[in-house]
Amino acid sequence: MAKRIEASNVSSYYGSFKAIDSISMTVEPKTITALIGPSGCGKSTFLRSINRMHEVLPNARIEGRLTIDEQNIYDPDVDVTAVRRLIGMVFQRPNPFPTMSIYENVVAGLKLNGVKKKSALDDAAEQSLKSANLWNEVKDRLNRPGAGLSGGQQQRLCIARTIAVEPQVVLMDEPCSALDPISTLAIEDLMFKLKDRFTIIIVTHNMQQAARVSDKTGFFSIDKTGDPGRLIEYDDTQKIFSNPTQKKTEDYITGRFG
Amino acid sequence: MGDYPSSSTDATAGGSGVTGRHARSAGTGVSPSSYEPPIGGGDGLPKKARFSMESGFRGLSTAAGAMVLVIIVAIAIFLISKAVPALRADTVNFLSYKQWFPNDTDPKFGIAALAFGTVLSSVIALIVAVPIALGIALFLSHYAPKRLANPLGFVIDLLAAVPSVVFGLWGRDVFMEPVRDFSVWLNKYFSWIPLFGGDGPFGRSILLGSLVLAIMVLPIVTSLSREVFQQTPGMNEEAALALGATKWEMIRTAVLPYGKPGVIAAVMLGLGRALGETIALALTLGTVFAISFNVIENGGNSIAANIANTFGEANATGRGALIASGLVLFAITLVVNMAARAIIYRRREFRDSAA
Repeated sequence: MAKRIEASNVSSYYGSFKAIDSISMTVEPKTITALIGPSGCGKSTFLRSINRMHEVLPNARIEGRLTIDEQNIYDPDVDVTAVRRLIGMVFQRPNPFPTMSIYENVVAGLKLNGVKKKSALDDAAEQSLKSANLWNEVKDRLNRPGAGLSGGQQQRLCIARTIAVEPQVVLMDEPCSALDPISTLAIEDLMFKLKDRFTIIIVTHNMQQAARVSDKTGFFSIDKTGDPGRLIEYDDTQKIFSNPTQKKTEDYITGRFG
Repeated sequence: MGDYPSSSTDATAGGSGVTGRHARSAGTGVSPSSYEPPIGGGDGLPKKARFSMESGFRGLSTAAGAMVLVIIVAIAIFLISKAVPALRADTVNFLSYKQWFPNDTDPKFGIAALAFGTVLSSVIALIVAVPIALGIALFLSHYAPKRLANPLGFVIDLLAAVPSVVFGLWGRDVFMEPVRDFSVWLNKYFSWIPLFGGDGPFGRSILLGSLVLAIMVLPIVTSLSREVFQQTPGMNEEAALALGATKWEMIRTAVLPYGKPGVIAAVMLGLGRALGETIALALTLGTVFAISFNVIENGGNSIAANIANTFGEANATGRGALIASGLVLFAITLVVNMAARAIIYRRREFRDSAA
């Protein structure tokens, strides 16, 4: 169910602008990896490079090598939609499809993959919503619009939608930044639960959150605006937050900059 | 009013100078020691201005809103008051009779054939135009590179600016030849379908009128649909892509459902134009009063085209009869619009909750 992600010397560009420079890291299966760092340092760009969402933007391209269990994600023969099915993504702002009901939202990915049987869809919807800790709150109103839920519920709905297609890896791009502390806690609990089945990579601005949920932490930074982001330090979360090797990391986590 | 006026004088004095910002902050009484409430002082609250921009603007916008109602009512009264005497004089059933002889001493006229022709030509026009328009709109909003999309969109908008009489003349003098050839071909191979049967002559047919109408409604439907497709939230498109959707699947999952009410509105506007189109149809249709689903034989007529063609030689009853037909056109348009609104309203809950 979960797979290893390896990046070696990944650089991503927007046109001629280099957003990240030579990132190399290995993410082990069934772990939570947090990416932290100041705004504009390329965490999200790196995350979007992993499931090839980076190239959706005009003139975006990457260099270097990204693999999932030794298979090259950027192999020209690889079907990009298959990559995205394998590596799901949860976005910063909850983005349920506004025209769809809760149920339709959860099974949207399955329908895209050609699952038509009603019973299979029903099962998947129930399982995914249960996994996302949302089932009890919505089971009586599955046909109501998904956009009518609260922000935290919407984000859990989006997580349910992402895990319904049974990906190997789940990428989360600041999933709690638009949510209140209680909803944030609900999502964090959920991450622990999902760790048994998925490899999770989460971008967060909240250092406490990184310290709470992740096994490994990568610290990104830039020297100055316009420079590409670099991976300064990547290690066990405990080490990063107690005894970082790099001065820059220490300055950031102790709140001296950023 | 205490100290307040004097400090405000200071502010005005320094207002244009370098110390302007500082003086102004003194004027609004920020420092606690010299603070006086800027309104009222000890003499009670100031009176509200009796005439102000506020009430003036409110009056203007209310008047503008009321004017719409007045105009609608005036039109309705006009249509009904002219139509009723003519309808009284009609010696046959207005709704089911197919011919149009309102100027005879025994006026005989009915709306059936005209209303049928109007609806049939408009519906065929939409069947032809809407898929093409949606295709163009999607191409412009999601497939074409920006360098191509902008000029192409402009050209399509330009098509909307061509006067309908030009379309009518072009349809009659140029477009009729290929349509006639096409009709003959259809008749040869598909005459077993009632739509394409008959023995001719072909050409000035419902098909020609409908195709000209289709070209005329194309730009409206295209540019409005393009507009709504472009407004699809990027984050919903990304959500679909991140689930492993191809571009077309993304459009089906995120763009089309989101744009549906807008597209329906665009189609209804196009239908409104098609139903009301006068001169282009007057020039291209065969002016035959009959109810027939044969779309390729010379024939067809529409309410608006009939008004244009026969108004000049109509007597008082004739004009009343034409106005009555206009009333029917008005009713058809109204029904169509209400149906469209009902479709949009049904899914309103899903629209309103969308962020």
